[in-house]
Amino acid sequence: MRLNDIVQFALHAMQGYRTRTVLMLLAMAIGVASVVLLTSLGEGARIYVSQQFSSLGTNLLIILPGRSETTGGAPPMMGETPRDLTLQDVIAMQKSRYVRQLAPIVVGAAPVSHRQLEREVMILGSTASMLDVRQLNMSRGQFLPESDMTRAASVCVLGYTLYKELFRGQSALGEWVRVSDYRCRVIGVLEEKGMSLGMDMGDVLVIPVASAQSLFNTESVFRVLIEARSVEVMERAQRDITNIIRTRHDGEDDITVLSQDALLSTFDRILSALTYSLGGIATISLLVAGIMIMNVMLVAVAQRTVEIGLLKALGAPRKLILLLFLTESAFLSMLGALLGLIIGFSGNWVLQQYFPDFPFQAPSWALWAAVTVALGCGLLFGLLPARHAADLDPVQSLSGR
Amino acid sequence: MIKLVHISRTFTVGDELVHGLDDISLQLNDGDYVSIMGPSGSGKSTLLNALGLLDQPDSGKYYLNGDDVTQLSELEQARVRREKVGFVFQTFHLIPRLTAAENVALPLTLAGVDHEERDQRVHDVLASLSMTDRSHHRPDQLSGGQRQRVAIARAVVTNPVLLLADEPTGNLDHASGIEVINILEGLNQRGITLLLVTHDTELGKRADRIIRMVDGKVIDAKESA
Repeated sequence: MRLNDIVQFALHAMQGYRTRTVLMLLAMAIGVASVVLLTSLGEGARIYVSQQFSSLGTNLLIILPGRSETTGGAPPMMGETPRDLTLQDVIAMQKSRYVRQLAPIVVGAAPVSHRQLEREVMILGSTASMLDVRQLNMSRGQFLPESDMTRAASVCVLGYTLYKELFRGQSALGEWVRVSDYRCRVIGVLEEKGMSLGMDMGDVLVIPVASAQSLFNTESVFRVLIEARSVEVMERAQRDITNIIRTRHDGEDDITVLSQDALLSTFDRILSALTYSLGGIATISLLVAGIMIMNVMLVAVAQRTVEIGLLKALGAPRKLILLLFLTESAFLSMLGALLGLIIGFSGNWVLQQYFPDFPFQAPSWALWAAVTVALGCGLLFGLLPARHAADLDPVQSLSGR
Repeated sequence: MIKLVHISRTFTVGDELVHGLDDISLQLNDGDYVSIMGPSGSGKSTLLNALGLLDQPDSGKYYLNGDDVTQLSELEQARVRREKVGFVFQTFHLIPRLTAAENVALPLTLAGVDHEERDQRVHDVLASLSMTDRSHHRPDQLSGGQRQRVAIARAVVTNPVLLLADEPTGNLDHASGIEVINILEGLNQRGITLLLVTHDTELGKRADRIIRMVDGKVIDAKESA
């Protein structure tokens, strides 16, 4: 029998039993679509985190107060330390010849109000360097002025969302806003940026670091973001900063220095594992679809017993019957996989419309794996019914037994 | 020429051993028209299945044109069925999702005959049975007589040497039955060896030779009057 006739025979059979065909296609399509969507979520999370860190530049060091224990896993959100990191420490770090610029950060939440309008937002205390280090842009006005970081000043910069909510399109520059019991004059508005490192940079108020310390009644600094002079001196900068702090903290190594690469590779490992796990879970649905194909094909063989007997009477050998049924399973799997890819990519597109910042993108290995597993399942689980059909006795089959 | 030598076939039904064919020996010449008659369970269909290589005898030899086909492999027996034997069944056994022409083309498709030659041969055989205008109809759009004509077309489209018809008129009204028998006899006159299994004595008598069977044995094999 010619190949195109085998294909045509399989397609005819699929058309002849439409309900069965639709059910089997759906089962396989749902399996493949699950793989596409779930791995897209995992891969999207990985790409998203990578993009967030990459947007900060490749020569970034993050200093946390407290020493992290080498217990593995992700870096600590909060260091454990008996000694805080202070602005004096930051000034000392600034003297390292490997440091181009640094931005201390003090974080807290407080209500910000302008006339009758009030909004609870995140308050970021920092310096002029933060604009470059966090790669922020101004929508209007200017960022915090270059000045002595220990000096509090009554100026502030609004995030774009905060500006829109408090000023409703009116000019904010030169206006006064109230932050808890303090007042500050608006000198600039950040450009619309969205989320950055899990922080909504639209809904923040940036004030000088000393002002933030005063506002939150603290001496300590939450983080210090350091931009090294180049990627090549990252390690030396790391050592130098550790030495500076050790000297200042009575010989104690009580800070954690994280490089962007280290963070990135840790997140990359975690999120890659997550993607593989999600892919694995979705593959189970493919196996279920394969078992469904086997069951439905066994029913199909029972339904088509007479037809199989007839084919044998007309001269079809055992191998050909096997091939005809396997071709049918393979086609159902392939078409199901194709349908699944279409559903999966359509789902990704819909999700992308709702979450434009999150890159829904199935990894190429997942696409190949989904299609290969679908086809493999179709052939593997189609083999038993096909063998069953091929082994039928023609005389018994023709009598419908 | 067809020659059966001491062919036996037994079946187990429950605990009982049933002789489907019991030491059958007979010889048919090319172009013979033979009817096989006998009561139900006498072994008529078993004999037909053995002659069509659908069933393998337990013992004995079956020579088709001088070759012992009982010794052939499953693959070679399938080839013999494809090239030399045609079947006509009581219940037609047409594939419902295929058109009349596609049903007729099925043996040629299985044999790997190319599309053009297949179409030509299907057209010719349907034309010879006055079924050209029904070639694109599906079986459920045809009458019983027309379905059996399609089944006959399918049986002879490969130009077989042996045509095995198992109660071909059993599901047809009298007029359609006579029409079908006339077609089969016409094919026999063109040289095909025709074996007809029937309960109908009148139809059986139309054959050149009648083989009567009881309990798997041939009890009488004589020239028709």
